[in-house]
Amino acid sequence: MNDLTPDREERVANLKGMGCSRKRVEDARFTQGKGNYIDDMSLPGMLTGDFVRSQYAHARIKSINTEAALALDGVIAVLTAKDLEPLSLHWMPTLAGDRQMVLADGKVLFQGQEIAFVVARDRYIASDAIELVEVEYEELPVIIDPLKSLQSDVVLREDLDPKAPGAHGPRKHHNHIFTWEVGDEAGTNAVIADADVVAEASMYYHRTHPCPLEPCGCVASMDKVNGKLTLWGTFQAPHVVRTVASLLSGIEEHNIRVISPDIGGGFGNKVGVYPGYVCSIVASIVTGVPVKWVEDRMDNLMTTAFARDYWMTGKISATKDGKITGLHCHVTADHGAFDACADPTRFPAGFMSICTGSYDIPIAYLGVDGVYTNKAPGGVSYRCSFRVTEAVYFIERMIEVLAIEMNMDPAELRRINFIKKEQFPYKSALGWEYDSGDYHTAWDKVLKAVDYEGLRHEQAERLEAFKRGETRNLMGIGLSFFTEIVGAGPVKNCDILGMGMFDSCEIRIHPTGSAIARLGTISQGQGHATTFAQILASEIGIPADSITIEEGDTDTAPYGLGTYGSRSTPVAGAATAMAGRKIRAKAQMIAAYLLEVHDDDVEFDVDRFVVKGAPERFKTMGEIAYAAYNQAIPGIEPGLEAVSYYDPPNMTYPFGAYVCVMDIDVDTGVTEIRRFYALDDCGTRINPMVIEGQIHGGLTEALAVAMGQEIAYDDLGNVKTGTLMDFFLPTAWEVPNYETDHTVTPSPHHPIGAKGVGESPHVGGVPCFSNAVQDAFRPFGNRHTNMPHDHWRIWQMANALGLHD
Amino acid sequence: MTKHILKMTVNGETHEVLAEPRELLVYVLREKMGMKGAHVGCDTSHCGACTVEIDGKSVKSCTMFAVQAQGANITTIEGLGSPDGLHVLQQSFKEHHGLQCGYCTPGMITRAHRLLQENPNPTEAEVRFGISGNICRCTGYQNIVKAILSAAAEINAAKEAAQ
Amino acid sequence: MIPAAFEYHRPRDIGGALAILTEHGEDARVLAGGHSLIPMMKLRMAEVPHLIDLADIAALRGITVEGGRVTIGAMTTQHELIASAALHDAVPLLREAALQIADPQVRYMGTIGGNVANGDPGNDMPGVMQCLDATYTLECPEGTREVRARGFYEAAYMTGRDDAEILTRISLKATRGGYAYEKQKRKIGDYATAACAVLIEAENGRVSSAAVSMTNLSDVPVFSDAAANALLGTACDRDAVKAAVAAALAEIDPTEDNRGPVKFKMHVAGIIIARAIERAWSRA
Repeated sequence: MNDLTPDREERVANLKGMGCSRKRVEDARFTQGKGNYIDDMSLPGMLTGDFVRSQYAHARIKSINTEAALALDGVIAVLTAKDLEPLSLHWMPTLAGDRQMVLADGKVLFQGQEIAFVVARDRYIASDAIELVEVEYEELPVIIDPLKSLQSDVVLREDLDPKAPGAHGPRKHHNHIFTWEVGDEAGTNAVIADADVVAEASMYYHRTHPCPLEPCGCVASMDKVNGKLTLWGTFQAPHVVRTVASLLSGIEEHNIRVISPDIGGGFGNKVGVYPGYVCSIVASIVTGVPVKWVEDRMDNLMTTAFARDYWMTGKISATKDGKITGLHCHVTADHGAFDACADPTRFPAGFMSICTGSYDIPIAYLGVDGVYTNKAPGGVSYRCSFRVTEAVYFIERMIEVLAIEMNMDPAELRRINFIKKEQFPYKSALGWEYDSGDYHTAWDKVLKAVDYEGLRHEQAERLEAFKRGETRNLMGIGLSFFTEIVGAGPVKNCDILGMGMFDSCEIRIHPTGSAIARLGTISQGQGHATTFAQILASEIGIPADSITIEEGDTDTAPYGLGTYGSRSTPVAGAATAMAGRKIRAKAQMIAAYLLEVHDDDVEFDVDRFVVKGAPERFKTMGEIAYAAYNQAIPGIEPGLEAVSYYDPPNMTYPFGAYVCVMDIDVDTGVTEIRRFYALDDCGTRINPMVIEGQIHGGLTEALAVAMGQEIAYDDLGNVKTGTLMDFFLPTAWEVPNYETDHTVTPSPHHPIGAKGVGESPHVGGVPCFSNAVQDAFRPFGNRHTNMPHDHWRIWQMANALGLHD
Repeated sequence: MTKHILKMTVNGETHEVLAEPRELLVYVLREKMGMKGAHVGCDTSHCGACTVEIDGKSVKSCTMFAVQAQGANITTIEGLGSPDGLHVLQQSFKEHHGLQCGYCTPGMITRAHRLLQENPNPTEAEVRFGISGNICRCTGYQNIVKAILSAAAEINAAKEAAQ
Repeated sequence: MIPAAFEYHRPRDIGGALAILTEHGEDARVLAGGHSLIPMMKLRMAEVPHLIDLADIAALRGITVEGGRVTIGAMTTQHELIASAALHDAVPLLREAALQIADPQVRYMGTIGGNVANGDPGNDMPGVMQCLDATYTLECPEGTREVRARGFYEAAYMTGRDDAEILTRISLKATRGGYAYEKQKRKIGDYATAACAVLIEAENGRVSSAAVSMTNLSDVPVFSDAAANALLGTACDRDAVKAAVAAALAEIDPTEDNRGPVKFKMHVAGIIIARAIERAWSRA
């Protein structure tokens, strides 16, 4: 019966389970414009809230005059810090153990900071009222550079005792937040000092922003009759928002319902808790009617969670044969005005310590210093697990710099340093246990697919032609090999605000054999309603089309930590499989009873239990579901439901190998991506179509970040890239077609072997694009040049190397 | 400020609303006519999420006052296909995974619809150029382009079959 | 982003529009395609108590090509410019330039009149019109006058148009010979990092006439006689192009912005000008 007989094949296909490119169930509503996003919400009597924001990056607030605004017809209230203070809500805790002003309390620390919250009858009146609020400022010196911040006498955070330790230990300076160290510094230094070869590099990974197409927003509705608060919003972690809202407001958690409706992309931007949420709640409590706040794009780029802003210096040592012996990394991390990074509590620099990458490096050290500046708070993981993009960029650049130092081919240098297949599970020098991998196979497959040797040959010919003056175009070959660390995470070391980072799934099988499953995660475009049903279909034998997946309503879904850091499949996906197995275990007992055999004498087969050795005797899952509710079975409770809270034993470690071929006009800085080949190994593949879509999207966000996207400030702290004119989001015209490929190395500890994929292409893509640019200039002496590689910076690179002389 | 009574045809039906001159078309469509398919993504006419079709033109409705559309004939995503019969483009976007979060999708499909009216048999480059006023943050465009090319082929095949 | 409240006017004819403009003076602005003005209003960087929508004025629309003269109504959209076969035959430079402006949606709304009249140094058509030696017709209640594009631009957002005037149409001669509009930008929808329009006519393998103008490289479009003169009579060889580029560069004054520092812009301008000349020559 284990043969894939035609009948069985048909039954498998009918399930639309794991491994098939099931079309998405979400698409019916999205393609018809019937999604339900936050700004689509409208409730009777609903008011609009909007912010008066700071023009300055650092200033004392001398006065706020709200009289004229309040006098405007249709303005209901104007909240300032003074109004929030009696409720102790003028400040709020951040996810990183710091605190953040909800509304400016005496001073402002970044441009765009929230000063007053206007509540009005509609958006038109609110925007008029904002103009009428008079704020008197006294400008203060502005600090944009974190390295200068640590030398400056200017105290940014006057609310903090400079002598007292912060959330992550002692502070060295009044603008210093924390020092975080991993690994053996003395040992690493000793190895580097004695090494045959040492390569060094300093790199700035510029500040950018996740910029989902839908900005952030919420609707708060306080039902004073029943004492219940409902909060709809763009939340990547609705359950965490509920707990935080309860802790902040004092409203008991059972009286708060948080709902994430459809979310128009998140990419990390919608993990944070923003002043808009707090002010909307307060305003609804004050007014007794629902209050909506939806930011505009400038608000979004200027004030909600940014990403990166890491100043990294590294040293890497190797033997004369190219075997890496040690790695030293130091980061000065610009966290902006408040430390509102979204990282697991014990990891103030996230999983930056994955910076040894895919290589077998015997000893390493990472030190990170967090610093305050006059920039917006944040530090979220933009389409990556916690700070993993920074880590992978760092090591993939260090490898290139080492290859230059050693005059070696960077592909070969990677190959001889990869962790070998037989070394897994592999304990890294900085403490991670990589679950599984087969890097050499992936690498060889990619290099062969692109004809790497042929490309290098072509590049050499181009270089000669360039030197002869026949072309002004250089060719760059970008390589990257990345190992992600996703699926945070084991409760023993991963928590956010003390909440363990498990996730959950609850399944109810209906009497007629269809089902609903609810999870603690929330899709922002990943297609959970499609793919989680596929996991379940394979586990419990009910067709995916007969399974509803529901997420995002804290009143109905089991508690979970939400969707970011590619954790949905590794954690909630595992919970789904485990809950499914509980269903299956009970179904087995029911089937055995119905078939009048012992439990052990039946076995699961696609969509049914069959009597071992007698395949004609079976009960389908539909029949079993019906019996579960409608037949008295001795010793078995009626019903067929299960819940699983999954605490992952380890992270998962997806990996991949990318190659980018780029043509670069050295005179104009214009680049053209001629080819991009991406091989991803995300373990067991649930839906190849969805995986491919995630890879296309992640690569495109990587292209944006590497080639031009940034949040830039001038010396006065003014944001220079606050609209989509200047904040680079590529269009279809700038984006190439990608070639995708895969290998499958299942995770040994995950119930279905899946590792997660949504963020891999971004993590691996950024260094690949950057390496392509830098590789083109390698023959002229380029070692490392910072991103973003927009036209003028590439031109500057060429200029500095004398290519315009 | 003087309010205006605005009359326009939206998806074949006549609508009459009262609006201040400064009310943007996208908000009037969304909040006064209940058609919420057009979304606001950037406010500055760079992202195209608010794209609708007005008198044969693809227009970013966040950068047009509703009064400007007085008397206009407007098609929004709600006017293409129905739950019982998706438009070829809608079906094709689903078939080729041309959407993820769905926020850009109505503007993208509405724009693609207009593009195919003007150029029924576009090349890949023409599709990419033709949708370059619409930003998608999720898909990397590859499957959107595939979906539009496939829809064009399907529409053309149906036309040929009918002749 | 919501603009401040305003009164909306929609006159049926040019006289009506001028009357409202006269009545409200500085408090009134005309609305063409709106894709420059409306974002500014939404950002509350432009205050417009009276907005005069020119959409219903039929006289402002349309393209006529007759006897080598081209007239384009100010409210003609970029999309209509691109779509007009007659215009393409007469002045192919216009389609090439229009296709590089903004994006498809903006081109359906954006008008030639709005593009040339508002004085934004980032707009492409002012430089193109200088290259084409176009004439703008300005109307006010007292009458009509014509000004050359080459003398129209004074400084950023400052032009030779009086507040009481409306730019109603653009006239130019059909062109012969080669043309090119070369534009470097960061992405679709962006203004030029550097752009250059070139027209070249050739006789017996020599340049017999030339025009060179540049976009977004000063606070106004720059028409360079010197660059054109450097090409005249030459075979448009390397040295001639080099001389023309040098002449053109001497007349621009770019400023640093997010597209890059001045040194970069000067360098790229040189490349773009050379490419525009070479492409125009290849078509001459």
